[in-house]
Amino acid sequence: MSINIQDIRAAFPILHQEVNGKPLVYLDNAATTQKPLSVIEALDYYYKTDNSNIHRGAHTLADRATKKYENTRKLIQEFIGAKEVEEVIFTKGTTEAINLVASSFGRKFVKEGDEIIISTLEHHSNIVPWQLLCEAAGAKLRVIPINDKGEIIFHEFEKLLSSKTKLVSIVHVSNALGTINPVEEIIEKAHSVGAKVLLDGAQSSSHLTIDVQKLDCDFFAFSAHKIYGPTGLGVLYGKREVLEAMPPYQGGGEMIKEVTFAKTTFNDIPFKFEAGTPNIGDVIAFEKALEFVNSIGKKQIVDHENELLSYATEKLTSIKGFIPYGTAENKVSVLSFLIKGMHPFDVGMMLDAGGIAVRTGHHCTQPLMERFQIEGTVRASFSVYNTLEEVDRLYESVSKIAKLKNK
Amino acid sequence: MTDINKVQDEIIEEFAILGDDRESTIFYIMELGNQLGDFPEEEKTDDNIIKGCQSKVWLITTTEDDKVVFHADSNTDITKGLISLLIRVMSDRTPKEIINSDLYFIEKIGMGGIIGSQRSNGLAAMIKQMKFYAIAYQSKMNAI
Repeated sequence: MSINIQDIRAAFPILHQEVNGKPLVYLDNAATTQKPLSVIEALDYYYKTDNSNIHRGAHTLADRATKKYENTRKLIQEFIGAKEVEEVIFTKGTTEAINLVASSFGRKFVKEGDEIIISTLEHHSNIVPWQLLCEAAGAKLRVIPINDKGEIIFHEFEKLLSSKTKLVSIVHVSNALGTINPVEEIIEKAHSVGAKVLLDGAQSSSHLTIDVQKLDCDFFAFSAHKIYGPTGLGVLYGKREVLEAMPPYQGGGEMIKEVTFAKTTFNDIPFKFEAGTPNIGDVIAFEKALEFVNSIGKKQIVDHENELLSYATEKLTSIKGFIPYGTAENKVSVLSFLIKGMHPFDVGMMLDAGGIAVRTGHHCTQPLMERFQIEGTVRASFSVYNTLEEVDRLYESVSKIAKLKNK
Repeated sequence: MTDINKVQDEIIEEFAILGDDRESTIFYIMELGNQLGDFPEEEKTDDNIIKGCQSKVWLITTTEDDKVVFHADSNTDITKGLISLLIRVMSDRTPKEIINSDLYFIEKIGMGGIIGSQRSNGLAAMIKQMKFYAIAYQSKMNAI
């Protein structure tokens, strides 16, 4: 079954506008996706109708808000295939989810001489928390190298693994290049030496079907705003036994069972990790984003995005001076490139002048850019609401821009 | 030497021809960047980088008689274009002219809207540095 793009586009009010006198072509979806009307309306409805603090309120509004809030948690459980709903923890985003693990798991289980493995593909949010932890604990950060296509070199990963490895924290899908990492094999190998595995699912959650039980990862982190949901909301999935063995992340309301000045006992998961009043409105609205994805179907979404990617890759590769970055065999709808003789900022600005929104720069992956010895790239990233006609617009603009320096 | 405001008015007129067409304006600015004079590679040092710019901008001065001459370069073409406009207005002038200049052409041609807030901050940093060099040169002259 193919999808009806016009129906889908109709659900996204923001797409129907002109930017710099041209119809907007939004190709910065790897940074954040746009929000369907159902999400925007759910947020509006919540504040107009149900707003109240959840879990302990003895009144009807609190009960309504609590039910809706917990219903989203249930939907997320199904969305990622978690065994239990208590394994779903709400955070501010992927970054906070990773920091939670670095702080809590790290504090308890990572000691002097231990090692943590990441890859060259990582976003800064999956590098810096581990650097901070390693510095505090006296542990060592090891990095899996990649080949020129932007794929991790698996046998190098195997060489890094040892009994010292406590955690492998790796990106599922690269935000800068689109590479899909062979995470099943990585998880299996890591487990064979007793290490836990965290998957940074910020990009994969919107493009791939996620089944954390099948993957057997110990942690999975992702953000709502990259799957058509609101900003400021993310999820940390963790296996129950791992989460229960971890100390709390932050102290405050909600996360306690009983507080006395002599001693505090902590609440059960997931609340142990959700100190303070959470982002209730956004959690409730996120339900609509998940319903949107489910109503189309992940497979249909991925098929459409792959069609856009192969069409764009084929067309843009024919442009004189076009240099692609990230040509992995297995990748999602991200097209990272440079134009010979031109700075990515200039290309991005000229595309913007033509109404086309792309990302330019290092994409918060400076070590990866360093690996390719470049400052940054231009990144076009596609989503379910993008069309082949929009790819044509991108092609025409990039062709025109490239000609300036590649006659 | 043409009056500083006359040069500004010329630039305003040139941009008026481009109208509201953002694409043409950006392409025009880039073209101006390509015409920027050569900048000595050995002067591309951290000391000569202007802080506050998103792109890398190097700025140095030479003096001819009582005038300050600016030489600059950047790693991006659009920034080079902006620099070329500033140099056209500010370079080869006395410190007094530079210090007292009111660069109204930037607002008149709608530069803020064209280059966005990040780059506008960079542009302001560039102007500040140019005036700073002029002040420094004037102090030096007065000391002699």
